[in-house]
Amino acid sequence: MALLQIKNLSHYFGGLLAVDNLNEEIREGELIGLIGPNGAGKTTVFNLVTGVYRPTQGDIIFQGQSLVGKSPHTINALGISRTFQTIRLWNMMSVLDNVRIAHHSRISYNLAEAFLHLPRYRHQEREIEERSMELLRLFKLERYAHEPVKNLPYGEQRRVEIVRALASRPRLLLLDEPAAGMNPREIGALMEFIHWIRDEFHLTIWLIEHQMRLVMNICERIKVLDFGATIADGTPEEIRNNPKVIEAYLGEQAEVH
Amino acid sequence: MEFFVQQFLNALQLGSLYALIALGYSMVYGVLLLINFAHGDIFMMGAFFGVFGSITLGLPFVPTLLLSMILTGLLGVTIERVAYKPLRQASRLSVVITALGVGLLLENGLLALTGANPRSYPQDLVTTKVYDLGGVSISNVKIIIIVLAALLFAGLYTIVQRTKWGMAMRAISYDKFAVPLMGVSQDQVISLTFLLGTSLAAAGGILWGVAFPVLNPYMGLRVGWKAFIAAVVGGIGDIRGAAVGGLLLGFIEIFVPAYGKSIGISSTWRDPVAFGLLLIILVVRPTGLFGVARRQKV
Repeated sequence: MALLQIKNLSHYFGGLLAVDNLNEEIREGELIGLIGPNGAGKTTVFNLVTGVYRPTQGDIIFQGQSLVGKSPHTINALGISRTFQTIRLWNMMSVLDNVRIAHHSRISYNLAEAFLHLPRYRHQEREIEERSMELLRLFKLERYAHEPVKNLPYGEQRRVEIVRALASRPRLLLLDEPAAGMNPREIGALMEFIHWIRDEFHLTIWLIEHQMRLVMNICERIKVLDFGATIADGTPEEIRNNPKVIEAYLGEQAEVH
Repeated sequence: MEFFVQQFLNALQLGSLYALIALGYSMVYGVLLLINFAHGDIFMMGAFFGVFGSITLGLPFVPTLLLSMILTGLLGVTIERVAYKPLRQASRLSVVITALGVGLLLENGLLALTGANPRSYPQDLVTTKVYDLGGVSISNVKIIIIVLAALLFAGLYTIVQRTKWGMAMRAISYDKFAVPLMGVSQDQVISLTFLLGTSLAAAGGILWGVAFPVLNPYMGLRVGWKAFIAAVVGGIGDIRGAAVGGLLLGFIEIFVPAYGKSIGISSTWRDPVAFGLLLIILVVRPTGLFGVARRQKV
């Protein structure tokens, strides 16, 4: 059974058709890509899946359960987590606190327990701090733990955002242009990194990307959107040779590695 | 010296009361960037729920205090749900005007309900005892107010600094968009903010009524404005700022008339001098004592 199943999904912004009858089936453990020119509706798809928007039509089923109408925090708790096209960390807070917040849905102590410092509160807060530090260590970010996020270099902020997304223990991770603003060498490292987190955390990863090299190299399957509609779907090899894709997205002078 | 200690305690008492109210303004602003102009009237409602508890139900002090904090907290959450939540996407001005309207509704609703006669708590709610310590007379009321306010602040500070909700409150104040996507229910955090802020104002209302026993439906206006100013001077959005701002205002208001006479300032100058000083603080630090300038996101 598919982990995530999208059926005839359409979304309008007023009269504008942003997503046009999208169908997708993502199986457990897959690493797949969503590409398309600017304004093709890629981020809108992520916003629909994570509950930021409610779809005009169609259904989104995650582990057998429909996500339509569920609030973003419920969907996060069910096991879908994401990063953002432009980094949306809490800049003034420390790296550690950014990661801690993402544990929110996994914490069960109540207000009275916190007020009175009862064992369950102390225990859970300590556990979360330890787990957050462990995650930061795993990503070699522990030396920044108490640093406000805004002081970190751009590339490290991107990594913190991924760590934060992993903190809620997702089964499906949505990466919205993880390579945005990175140079070719950084992209090389990022590709290994994405592979590594999928294996390490037993994740399914769906990513949006503009960098063709990244998508072509790591995705097992790619879907191409143009003006909200699916124009191609297949392995990187098939996408590379699809004339519709070359016309709509890659343009004549585009180079595909 | 005795005179100074005496005035110091008076200032601490008044300042603690302002601080308890200022906290609510500051917390709500921190999370919603909304100045909840109904907050002074929520303080007044807290005092009147105290009348309900102590006179109508005949409860002693602690149950009256708890009852009022619970009822006022529920009132605060309800006001947010009914009046502010539908306007979350609207312009901030609309919400501020709604808050002013809610305030008027509370004042005049209560006036219609209970009449214009001032109320006070029963004498024995807190039986006043005065201790004489080397020429300084200390009433138990002052001690109770100062200690209780400090305890409530400490509890609140723990929640804001060290719990998942406090962390979520801070996150919402920096970037709202990402918060629900990280598994935090924004509605729950906002409700909790109102619950805490308004129940502290209720505690302030009860203690105010014990210290200054004349309660009327308009009592929230003056006190509310002053606490609001205290929150701004402290740096609105920061709860330490609200506490410090409240205490500062209390000290200025007590010490200006107490010592002003000797340098030729009559006590009628209390408010102009107090607010003049606060204005100077704001000129030097426009974001308040603890405030951090934040970039406006467009």
